[in-house]
Amino acid sequence: MSSTGLVPGVSVEKKLKSSFQVLNKTKSRSRLRYILNNCELYLFLLPVIVHLAIFSYYTIYGVQIAFRDYDPLKGFLGSPWVGLKHMRRFINSPYFFQTLRNTLVLSIYSLAIGFPIPVFMALLLNQMVSQRYKRFVQTVLYAPHFISTVIVVGMLFIFLSPTNGPVNSVIKMFGKEPVYFIGIPELFSSIYVWSGVWQSAGWGMVIYLAALSSVPVELHEAAIIDGATKVQRIRYVDVPTIMPTIVILLILNLGNLISVGFEKVYLMQTALNISTSEIISTYVYKRGLNGGEFSFASAVGLLNNVANLILLIIFNRVARSISETSLW
Amino acid sequence: MKNLFRTKSDKMFDIFNYVFFTIAVIIVIYPLYFIVISSISDPLHVAAGKVVFYPKGFTIEGYEKVMTHDTIPRGYLNSIFYTCLGTFINLLLTLPPGYALSKKDLVFKNQIMVYLVIPMYISGGLIPTYILIKNLDMLDKIWSLLIPGAVSVWNIIIARTFFQSNIPNELWESAMMDGCRHTRFFLSIVLPLSMPLVSVMILFYGIGHWNAWFNALIYIRNRKLFPLQLVLREVLFFNDKNIDFIKDPEELVRRQRLAESIKYASIIVASVPVLMIYPFLQKYFTKGIMVGSLKG
Repeated sequence: MSSTGLVPGVSVEKKLKSSFQVLNKTKSRSRLRYILNNCELYLFLLPVIVHLAIFSYYTIYGVQIAFRDYDPLKGFLGSPWVGLKHMRRFINSPYFFQTLRNTLVLSIYSLAIGFPIPVFMALLLNQMVSQRYKRFVQTVLYAPHFISTVIVVGMLFIFLSPTNGPVNSVIKMFGKEPVYFIGIPELFSSIYVWSGVWQSAGWGMVIYLAALSSVPVELHEAAIIDGATKVQRIRYVDVPTIMPTIVILLILNLGNLISVGFEKVYLMQTALNISTSEIISTYVYKRGLNGGEFSFASAVGLLNNVANLILLIIFNRVARSISETSLW
Repeated sequence: MKNLFRTKSDKMFDIFNYVFFTIAVIIVIYPLYFIVISSISDPLHVAAGKVVFYPKGFTIEGYEKVMTHDTIPRGYLNSIFYTCLGTFINLLLTLPPGYALSKKDLVFKNQIMVYLVIPMYISGGLIPTYILIKNLDMLDKIWSLLIPGAVSVWNIIIARTFFQSNIPNELWESAMMDGCRHTRFFLSIVLPLSMPLVSVMILFYGIGHWNAWFNALIYIRNRKLFPLQLVLREVLFFNDKNIDFIKDPEELVRRQRLAESIKYASIIVASVPVLMIYPFLQKYFTKGIMVGSLKG
């Protein structure tokens, strides 16, 4: 094409342009042929595309009720526009500070405890001499992850029950007064976080164990020959290898800092601990679905989502600049 | 050779390691074990704190009460139904799309991927979703439990990566030469070669449906449609949470005694299916999930 390109009388530019047009035409024709030949692939994708259009994109579109006074009869577009009224109302209400503080306490506390423990455990378990014992430990420690939240919280109430829970039986054995743990606001975050460790620390190891299995054996052999102890090998061989995985998971977790899982907190709430257990998502649920204040509740939920997205972007930037690992 | 290089600090480390994980195993197992022995013990002994290491006053009264309970058996059947149908829908909306996206030359692939990934980061939230379900007239219908969460983009991506790295393109090319089309290829070649992925997906989706209660809490009012977890919530939290709603004192005492004896047995009955399947599928965890996600 390059040799025939310079025909006298026709400018190069024009020639190039027309050849691009031909190329584009054949490209779109071959694309069309591909789609027709492989229409099954698009049929495979169609239900997902329709589903997301309805249940994701349409609900994103519906977020506008946060800026309107939603009236079910008038629909999303017909309801009167009120701008930031609902957000202002939330920020000026006493619940703003309370729910934000409770949410942050729970999420930072559970990140500070719940994040490092699986890393630490995976590093240790990876060095376990007996493979059979290692598998046994994995099987047992993974199990609580598969138990439902309802049951875990139910067990928590049974164990901490002031009348017949085993924990209080021990306390009574020592002659002390039984403690109503669930009803003490100051203890709520600790109960939430440590029961979370019980439930998910084992399962949290899975991804690190997988990353550790990709550590080259030669590195460990060389380190052994050089007289490195196990602790030194963990520090200088294992940790650097799984560092990218740790960073990615940390970013993901930090991005969710203001969204604490609704289910467990809601189940653990009692009238006595509500001052420390009311978080943003439970507040949205109560005001929105129990109270029927659709617009106000979606404004609160929207504030929360936007804050999360901003956090995710910020932490991703930070991670990219310090460790060269990032989500995108 | 390994022993030759084992230093004193390594021995200390190994001992620590064994002790640490043995304690961890005990911490995880004991609460579960306690529920098991309490469920077959006399409620009076349990209440007095006498049941610690083994059952006392053997009785299966709790299980009998679970069987004859007015809502648990119904909820159990409902949950089995929701789990089977829901998991099937999930697989239908995960594996074929994952296969389609695993094709390198798929036209509009990038556009479709962007379309799929955006909802992973942005969502409408609780209230707009509720309004949508209401407008679709799905409130109080079983579909409200099965359809809204039917698509998991994350799992589609895992499936895509699994197919990409486990199903060589040459396989498709030779099948195509023989006149095989995508549907046939997917059903008779890709699926049988992807059993680790399929089993992990069944496990995760299945357990997700079995354990779900939140959607039912907001969308279902008809008690006949309640899944097991929602029934359990009433059984387990009656004493601690809903106590102020009952006014009649006699009814209160009767319900309390019933609730106490039924708690342990219902926990066991509800967890058994989950804890039974999971060890069988455990060997696929690393194969199925990890191959998919780490390379993605």
